Amino acid sequence: MVKLTIDGMRIRALEGATVLEAAQEMGIVIPTLCHHPGLSPYGACRVCIVEVGKGDRRSLEASCTLPVEHGQVILTNSEKVRKQRKLIVELLIASCPNSKTLQDMAANMGINRIRFRIRDRGCILCGLCVRYCKEQMKSGGIGFTGRGTTRMVATAFEVTPEECRNCGGCEWICPVCERACTAGNLIDGLCGGCQNLAPVETCPVCTGCSESVGPHGYKVY
Amino acid sequence: MPRSANKIKSQCQKVAAIVSKCGGDRDSLISILQDIQSEYRYLPEDSLREVAIQLELPLIQVYGVATFFKAFSLKPRGKHMVTVCLGTACHVRGALAMLDEVKRQLGIESGETTEDMRFTLETVNCLGACALAPIVVIDGKYHGHIGPGKVKKILKK
Ligand code: FES
Ligand code: FES
Repeated sequence: MVKLTIDGMRIRALEGATVLEAAQEMGIVIPTLCHHPGLSPYGACRVCIVEVGKGDRRSLEASCTLPVEHGQVILTNSEKVRKQRKLIVELLIASCPNSKTLQDMAANMGINRIRFRIRDRGCILCGLCVRYCKEQMKSGGIGFTGRGTTRMVATAFEVTPEECRNCGGCEWICPVCERACTAGNLIDGLCGGCQNLAPVETCPVCTGCSESVGPHGYKVY
Repeated sequence: MPRSANKIKSQCQKVAAIVSKCGGDRDSLISILQDIQSEYRYLPEDSLREVAIQLELPLIQVYGVATFFKAFSLKPRGKHMVTVCLGTACHVRGALAMLDEVKRQLGIESGETTEDMRFTLETVNCLGACALAPIVVIDGKYHGHIGPGKVKKILKK
Protein backbone atom coordinates (compact mmCIF):
# COMPACT_ATOMS: atom_id res chain seq x y z
CA MET A 1 0.00 0.00 0.00
CA VAL A 2 1.20 3.44 -0.92
CA LYS A 3 0.07 6.49 1.00
CA LEU A 4 -0.48 9.67 -0.90
CA THR A 5 -2.58 12.81 -0.87
CA ILE A 6 -4.97 13.69 -3.65
CA ASP A 7 -6.76 17.01 -3.44
CA GLY A 8 -6.09 17.18 0.26
CA MET A 9 -7.43 13.70 0.92
CA ARG A 10 -5.06 11.20 2.46
CA ILE A 11 -5.58 7.96 0.62
CA ARG A 12 -4.00 4.58 0.23
CA ALA A 13 -3.53 3.00 -3.13
CA LEU A 14 -2.27 -0.31 -4.35
CA GLU A 15 1.33 -0.43 -5.33
CA GLY A 16 1.70 -0.20 -9.09
CA ALA A 17 -1.58 1.65 -9.58
CA THR A 18 -1.63 4.90 -11.50
CA VAL A 19 -2.62 8.21 -9.99
CA LEU A 20 -5.64 8.23 -12.26
CA GLU A 21 -6.84 4.90 -10.94
CA ALA A 22 -6.29 5.97 -7.35
CA ALA A 23 -8.24 9.17 -7.94
CA GLN A 24 -11.06 7.37 -9.69
CA GLU A 25 -11.34 4.98 -6.82
CA MET A 26 -11.93 7.97 -4.56
CA GLY A 27 -14.57 9.29 -6.89
CA ILE A 28 -12.44 12.15 -8.15
CA VAL A 29 -13.09 12.82 -11.80
CA ILE A 30 -10.13 13.55 -14.01
CA PRO A 31 -11.02 14.07 -17.65
CA THR A 32 -9.36 11.57 -19.96
CA LEU A 33 -9.33 10.96 -23.64
CA CYS A 34 -6.74 8.42 -24.66
CA HIS A 35 -7.18 6.34 -21.55
CA HIS A 36 -9.32 3.24 -21.55
CA PRO A 37 -9.51 0.82 -18.64
CA GLY A 38 -9.25 -2.17 -20.95
CA LEU A 39 -6.17 -0.95 -22.75
CA SER A 40 -2.60 -0.25 -21.79
CA PRO A 41 -1.85 3.30 -20.59
CA TYR A 42 -0.55 5.47 -23.36
CA GLY A 43 -0.27 9.10 -22.31
CA ALA A 44 -0.87 10.68 -25.68
CA CYS A 45 -3.53 13.32 -25.15
CA ARG A 46 -2.35 14.91 -21.88
CA VAL A 47 -5.91 15.89 -21.00
CA CYS A 48 -5.55 14.05 -17.71
CA ILE A 49 -2.71 16.19 -16.39
CA VAL A 50 -2.45 16.80 -12.67
CA GLU A 51 -0.10 18.85 -10.55
CA VAL A 52 2.36 16.69 -8.69
CA GLY A 53 4.28 18.06 -5.80
CA LYS A 54 6.90 16.39 -3.78
CA GLY A 55 8.48 18.88 -1.47
CA ASP A 56 8.88 22.23 -3.17
CA ARG A 57 8.96 20.90 -6.67
CA ARG A 58 5.69 20.90 -8.56
CA SER A 59 5.20 19.67 -12.03
CA LEU A 60 2.45 18.72 -14.40
CA GLU A 61 2.21 15.06 -15.27
CA ALA A 62 -0.22 12.87 -17.14
CA SER A 63 -2.03 11.00 -14.38
CA CYS A 64 -2.92 8.00 -16.53
CA THR A 65 0.71 6.98 -16.83
CA LEU A 66 1.96 8.23 -13.49
CA PRO A 67 2.52 5.51 -10.91
CA VAL A 68 1.55 6.30 -7.34
CA GLU A 69 4.42 7.00 -5.01
CA HIS A 70 4.74 7.26 -1.32
CA GLY A 71 4.16 10.77 -0.03
CA GLN A 72 3.02 12.18 -3.36
CA VAL A 73 0.85 15.26 -3.19
CA ILE A 74 -1.50 15.55 -6.14
CA LEU A 75 -3.77 18.37 -7.16
CA THR A 76 -6.25 17.37 -9.84
CA ASN A 77 -8.03 20.65 -10.27
CA SER A 78 -5.73 23.52 -9.35
CA GLU A 79 -5.68 26.80 -11.21
CA LYS A 80 -2.59 25.77 -13.14
CA VAL A 81 -4.02 22.41 -14.10
CA ARG A 82 -7.26 23.93 -15.34
CA LYS A 83 -5.45 26.49 -17.41
CA GLN A 84 -3.14 24.00 -19.06
CA ARG A 85 -5.91 21.50 -19.60
CA LYS A 86 -7.92 24.10 -21.42
CA LEU A 87 -4.96 24.87 -23.59
CA ILE A 88 -4.51 21.22 -24.43
CA VAL A 89 -8.14 20.78 -25.37
CA GLU A 90 -7.95 23.90 -27.50
CA LEU A 91 -4.99 22.47 -29.35
CA LEU A 92 -6.75 19.16 -29.82
CA ILE A 93 -9.85 20.85 -31.20
CA ALA A 94 -7.72 22.91 -33.54
CA SER A 95 -6.58 19.70 -35.18
CA CYS A 96 -9.89 17.92 -34.94
CA PRO A 97 -12.90 20.22 -34.64
CA ASN A 98 -15.52 17.64 -35.54
CA SER A 99 -15.13 15.44 -32.53
CA LYS A 100 -18.16 15.53 -30.32
CA THR A 101 -16.17 14.19 -27.41
CA LEU A 102 -13.79 17.10 -27.68
CA GLN A 103 -16.48 19.69 -28.19
CA ASP A 104 -18.31 18.42 -25.12
CA MET A 105 -15.12 18.57 -23.15
CA ALA A 106 -14.58 22.15 -24.26
CA ALA A 107 -18.11 23.10 -23.24
CA ASN A 108 -17.58 21.46 -19.87
CA MET A 109 -14.37 23.31 -19.26
CA GLY A 110 -15.79 26.62 -20.24
CA ILE A 111 -13.62 27.14 -23.27
CA ASN A 112 -15.20 29.85 -25.36
CA ARG A 113 -12.72 30.36 -28.12
CA ILE A 114 -10.10 28.36 -29.98
CA ARG A 115 -7.10 30.59 -30.36
CA PHE A 116 -5.31 28.42 -32.87
CA ARG A 117 -5.73 28.03 -36.58
CA ILE A 118 -8.09 25.17 -37.27
CA ARG A 119 -6.58 22.48 -39.43
CA ASP A 120 -8.91 19.54 -39.55
CA ARG A 121 -6.87 16.37 -39.63
CA GLY A 122 -9.69 14.15 -38.48
CA CYS A 123 -7.42 12.40 -35.99
CA ILE A 124 -5.77 13.31 -32.73
CA LEU A 125 -3.43 10.32 -32.71
CA CYS A 126 -4.74 9.13 -29.37
CA GLY A 127 -3.89 5.58 -30.38
CA LEU A 128 -7.08 4.09 -28.97
CA CYS A 129 -7.95 2.25 -32.18
CA VAL A 130 -4.42 0.96 -32.60
CA ARG A 131 -4.30 -0.36 -29.06
CA TYR A 132 -7.78 -1.79 -29.31
CA CYS A 133 -6.90 -3.67 -32.45
CA LYS A 134 -3.70 -5.00 -30.99
CA GLU A 135 -4.61 -5.68 -27.40
CA GLN A 136 -8.28 -6.53 -27.40
CA MET A 137 -8.66 -8.08 -30.82
CA LYS A 138 -5.14 -9.51 -30.85
CA SER A 139 -5.00 -8.53 -34.46
CA GLY A 140 -2.71 -5.62 -35.23
CA GLY A 141 -4.21 -4.63 -38.54
CA ILE A 142 -3.74 -0.90 -38.05
CA GLY A 143 -0.88 1.09 -36.67
CA PHE A 144 1.00 4.34 -36.87
CA THR A 145 3.01 5.21 -39.93
CA GLY A 146 5.38 8.05 -40.61
CA ARG A 147 6.42 10.47 -37.93
CA GLY A 148 6.17 14.08 -36.87
CA THR A 149 3.62 16.01 -38.87
CA THR A 150 3.05 13.11 -41.24
CA ARG A 151 2.32 10.58 -38.52
CA MET A 152 -1.03 8.92 -38.98
CA VAL A 153 -3.05 5.82 -38.32
CA ALA A 154 -3.03 3.59 -41.36
CA THR A 155 -2.87 0.08 -42.65
CA ALA A 156 0.23 -1.30 -44.30
CA PHE A 157 0.47 -0.32 -47.98
CA GLU A 158 -3.03 1.13 -47.70
CA VAL A 159 -4.76 -2.17 -48.26
CA THR A 160 -7.12 -3.90 -45.89
CA PRO A 161 -4.87 -6.23 -43.95
CA GLU A 162 -5.45 -9.95 -43.70
CA GLU A 163 -5.59 -9.59 -39.94
CA CYS A 164 -8.66 -7.38 -40.08
CA ARG A 165 -11.81 -9.18 -39.02
CA ASN A 166 -14.09 -6.24 -39.69
CA CYS A 167 -14.98 -6.01 -36.03
CA GLY A 168 -15.47 -2.28 -36.22
CA GLY A 169 -13.84 -1.82 -32.84
CA CYS A 170 -11.53 0.88 -34.10
CA GLU A 171 -14.50 2.99 -35.13
CA TRP A 172 -16.38 2.25 -31.98
CA ILE A 173 -13.59 3.41 -29.72
CA CYS A 174 -12.57 6.45 -31.74
CA PRO A 175 -13.38 9.73 -29.98
CA VAL A 176 -13.73 11.43 -33.33
CA CYS A 177 -15.92 9.15 -35.38
CA GLU A 178 -17.77 7.70 -32.41
CA ARG A 179 -20.25 10.44 -33.06
CA ALA A 180 -19.19 13.30 -35.21
CA CYS A 181 -20.18 16.77 -34.14
CA THR A 182 -23.03 17.74 -36.40
CA ALA A 183 -23.12 21.49 -35.93
CA GLY A 184 -23.05 23.19 -39.30
CA ASN A 185 -20.46 25.83 -38.73
CA LEU A 186 -18.06 26.41 -35.96
CA ILE A 187 -17.94 29.69 -34.11
CA ASP A 188 -14.40 30.47 -33.03
CA GLY A 189 -13.63 26.84 -33.58
CA LEU A 190 -16.37 25.72 -31.23
CA CYS A 191 -19.59 24.01 -31.97
CA GLY A 192 -22.42 26.22 -30.89
CA GLY A 193 -24.96 23.43 -31.11
CA CYS A 194 -24.72 21.80 -27.74
CA GLN A 195 -23.69 24.90 -25.90
CA ASN A 196 -26.82 26.65 -27.00
CA LEU A 197 -28.92 23.70 -25.95
CA ALA A 198 -30.16 23.48 -29.49
CA PRO A 199 -31.15 19.99 -30.48
CA VAL A 200 -28.35 18.16 -32.16
CA GLU A 201 -29.08 15.61 -34.78
CA THR A 202 -29.34 12.11 -33.39
CA CYS A 203 -29.77 8.69 -34.82
CA PRO A 204 -33.39 7.86 -35.69
CA VAL A 205 -33.74 5.90 -32.48
CA CYS A 206 -31.79 7.90 -29.98
CA THR A 207 -30.91 5.98 -26.90
CA GLY A 208 -28.79 8.75 -25.49
CA CYS A 209 -25.68 6.69 -26.03
CA SER A 210 -23.31 9.57 -25.67
CA GLU A 211 -23.13 10.73 -22.08
CA SER A 212 -23.90 14.31 -22.85
CA VAL A 213 -26.80 13.82 -25.22
CA GLY A 214 -30.05 13.10 -23.49
CA PRO A 215 -33.09 11.61 -25.11
CA HIS A 216 -34.21 13.48 -28.20
CA GLY A 217 -30.78 14.87 -28.66
CA TYR A 218 -30.72 17.61 -26.05
CA LYS A 219 -27.66 18.18 -24.08
CA VAL A 220 -28.04 17.33 -20.43
CA TYR A 221 -25.84 18.48 -17.59
CA MET B 1 5.06 -14.71 -65.16
CA PRO B 2 7.43 -17.50 -64.08
CA ARG B 3 10.25 -14.99 -64.16
CA SER B 4 8.67 -12.63 -61.67
CA ALA B 5 7.58 -15.55 -59.52
CA ASN B 6 11.19 -16.70 -59.49
CA LYS B 7 12.27 -13.24 -58.55
CA ILE B 8 9.91 -13.16 -55.61
CA LYS B 9 11.08 -16.57 -54.52
CA SER B 10 14.72 -15.60 -54.57
CA GLN B 11 13.82 -12.41 -52.74
CA CYS B 12 12.08 -14.44 -50.03
CA GLN B 13 15.15 -16.60 -49.66
CA LYS B 14 17.39 -13.60 -49.41
CA VAL B 15 15.16 -12.04 -46.79
CA ALA B 16 15.07 -15.29 -44.85
CA ALA B 17 18.86 -15.42 -44.95
CA ILE B 18 19.13 -11.85 -43.70
CA VAL B 19 16.66 -12.52 -40.91
CA SER B 20 18.53 -15.55 -39.68
CA LYS B 21 21.83 -13.71 -39.97
CA CYS B 22 20.53 -11.01 -37.67
CA GLY B 23 19.50 -13.50 -35.05
CA GLY B 24 15.92 -13.87 -36.19
CA ASP B 25 14.30 -12.12 -33.27
CA ARG B 26 12.03 -9.11 -33.21
CA ASP B 27 14.48 -6.78 -31.55
CA SER B 28 16.69 -6.86 -34.60
CA LEU B 29 13.95 -5.59 -36.89
CA ILE B 30 15.81 -2.39 -37.64
CA SER B 31 19.08 -4.09 -38.52
CA ILE B 32 17.19 -6.54 -40.71
CA LEU B 33 15.56 -3.66 -42.56
CA GLN B 34 18.95 -1.95 -42.88
CA ASP B 35 20.43 -5.06 -44.45
CA ILE B 36 17.54 -5.40 -46.87
CA GLN B 37 17.87 -1.77 -47.75
CA SER B 38 21.55 -2.11 -48.54
CA GLU B 39 20.80 -5.19 -50.61
CA TYR B 40 18.08 -3.61 -52.77
CA ARG B 41 18.73 0.10 -52.09
CA TYR B 42 15.12 0.28 -50.94
CA LEU B 43 12.56 -1.85 -49.13
CA PRO B 44 10.43 -3.80 -51.63
CA GLU B 45 6.88 -4.48 -50.49
CA ASP B 46 7.26 -8.25 -50.69
CA SER B 47 10.38 -8.18 -48.60
CA LEU B 48 8.51 -6.37 -45.83
CA ARG B 49 5.77 -8.97 -46.00
CA GLU B 50 8.36 -11.69 -45.76
CA VAL B 51 10.00 -10.05 -42.75
CA ALA B 52 6.63 -9.84 -41.04
CA ILE B 53 6.03 -13.54 -41.64
CA GLN B 54 9.51 -14.53 -40.52
CA LEU B 55 9.37 -12.49 -37.32
CA GLU B 56 5.71 -13.28 -36.68
CA LEU B 57 4.90 -9.61 -36.41
CA PRO B 58 1.86 -7.86 -37.82
CA LEU B 59 2.80 -6.32 -41.14
CA ILE B 60 1.83 -2.87 -39.94
CA GLN B 61 4.49 -2.98 -37.27
CA VAL B 62 7.19 -3.59 -39.84
CA TYR B 63 5.64 -1.01 -42.13
CA GLY B 64 5.45 1.52 -39.30
CA VAL B 65 9.15 1.19 -38.58
CA ALA B 66 9.98 1.38 -42.27
CA THR B 67 8.05 4.63 -42.68
CA PHE B 68 9.25 6.12 -39.41
CA PHE B 69 12.92 6.34 -40.27
CA LYS B 70 14.03 8.59 -43.03
CA ALA B 71 16.91 6.26 -43.82
CA PHE B 72 14.46 3.71 -45.13
CA SER B 73 12.75 4.16 -48.44
CA LEU B 74 9.79 2.28 -49.86
CA LYS B 75 10.45 3.65 -53.31
CA PRO B 76 13.32 2.40 -55.44
CA ARG B 77 16.36 4.59 -55.02
CA GLY B 78 19.01 5.42 -57.56
CA LYS B 79 22.53 4.10 -57.57
CA HIS B 80 23.97 7.27 -56.13
CA MET B 81 22.48 9.13 -53.18
CA VAL B 82 22.86 12.88 -53.31
CA THR B 83 22.01 14.53 -50.02
CA VAL B 84 21.97 18.30 -49.82
CA CYS B 85 22.00 19.94 -46.42
CA LEU B 86 19.50 22.75 -45.95
CA GLY B 87 20.24 23.36 -42.29
CA THR B 88 20.68 26.87 -40.95
CA ALA B 89 24.42 27.16 -41.51
CA CYS B 90 24.25 25.69 -44.98
CA HIS B 91 21.24 27.79 -45.84
CA VAL B 92 23.11 30.96 -44.92
CA ARG B 93 26.06 29.86 -47.03
CA GLY B 94 23.90 29.46 -50.11
CA ALA B 95 22.71 25.88 -50.01
CA LEU B 96 19.55 26.82 -51.87
CA ALA B 97 21.41 27.99 -54.93
CA MET B 98 23.41 24.81 -54.86
CA LEU B 99 20.29 22.72 -54.51
CA ASP B 100 18.81 24.47 -57.51
CA GLU B 101 21.93 23.65 -59.48
CA VAL B 102 21.76 20.01 -58.46
CA LYS B 103 18.11 19.86 -59.40
CA ARG B 104 18.85 21.37 -62.78
CA GLN B 105 21.72 19.00 -63.40
CA LEU B 106 19.75 15.92 -62.50
CA GLY B 107 16.40 17.14 -63.72
CA ILE B 108 14.58 16.00 -60.60
CA GLU B 109 13.03 17.47 -57.48
CA SER B 110 14.17 16.53 -54.02
CA GLY B 111 12.93 13.13 -52.95
CA GLU B 112 12.90 11.92 -56.54
CA THR B 113 15.05 9.57 -58.54
CA THR B 114 16.31 10.10 -62.07
CA GLU B 115 14.68 7.99 -64.72
CA ASP B 116 17.85 6.04 -65.47
CA MET B 117 17.96 5.11 -61.77
CA ARG B 118 21.35 6.65 -61.32
CA PHE B 119 20.70 9.44 -58.83
CA THR B 120 18.35 10.06 -55.95
CA LEU B 121 18.18 13.52 -54.48
CA GLU B 122 17.32 14.20 -50.89
CA THR B 123 17.55 17.11 -48.51
CA VAL B 124 18.31 17.06 -44.82
CA ASN B 125 18.34 19.65 -42.08
CA CYS B 126 21.85 19.78 -40.70
CA LEU B 127 24.39 17.01 -40.93
CA GLY B 128 26.28 18.20 -37.89
CA ALA B 129 29.18 19.41 -39.98
CA CYS B 130 28.25 23.06 -40.16
CA ALA B 131 31.89 24.20 -40.34
CA LEU B 132 31.96 22.73 -43.83
CA ALA B 133 28.80 24.52 -44.95
CA PRO B 134 27.37 24.37 -47.52
CA ILE B 135 27.67 20.67 -47.73
CA VAL B 136 26.50 17.88 -49.98
CA VAL B 137 26.91 14.19 -49.34
CA ILE B 138 27.26 11.93 -52.29
CA ASP B 139 27.25 8.20 -51.58
CA GLY B 140 28.31 8.80 -48.00
CA LYS B 141 31.19 11.06 -48.94
CA TYR B 142 31.04 14.57 -47.55
CA HIS B 143 31.85 17.40 -49.90
CA GLY B 144 32.16 20.63 -47.95
CA HIS B 145 32.51 24.30 -48.95
CA ILE B 146 30.87 23.58 -52.18
CA GLY B 147 29.31 25.94 -54.70
CA PRO B 148 27.05 25.42 -57.67
CA GLY B 149 30.07 25.17 -59.96
CA LYS B 150 31.87 22.53 -57.97
CA VAL B 151 28.79 20.44 -57.46
CA LYS B 152 28.39 20.22 -61.19
CA LYS B 153 31.86 18.82 -61.54
CA ILE B 154 31.36 16.23 -58.86
CA LEU B 155 28.08 15.09 -60.31
CA LYS B 156 29.72 14.68 -63.70
CA LYS B 157 32.02 12.12 -62.18
S1 FES C 1 -5.75 10.22 -20.75
FE1 FES C 1 -3.85 10.52 -19.86
S2 FES C 1 -2.75 11.30 -21.51
FE2 FES C 1 -4.62 10.85 -22.45
S1 FES D 1 23.53 23.22 -41.43
FE1 FES D 1 24.38 21.94 -42.89
S2 FES D 1 25.67 20.75 -41.71
FE2 FES D 1 24.70 21.94 -40.20
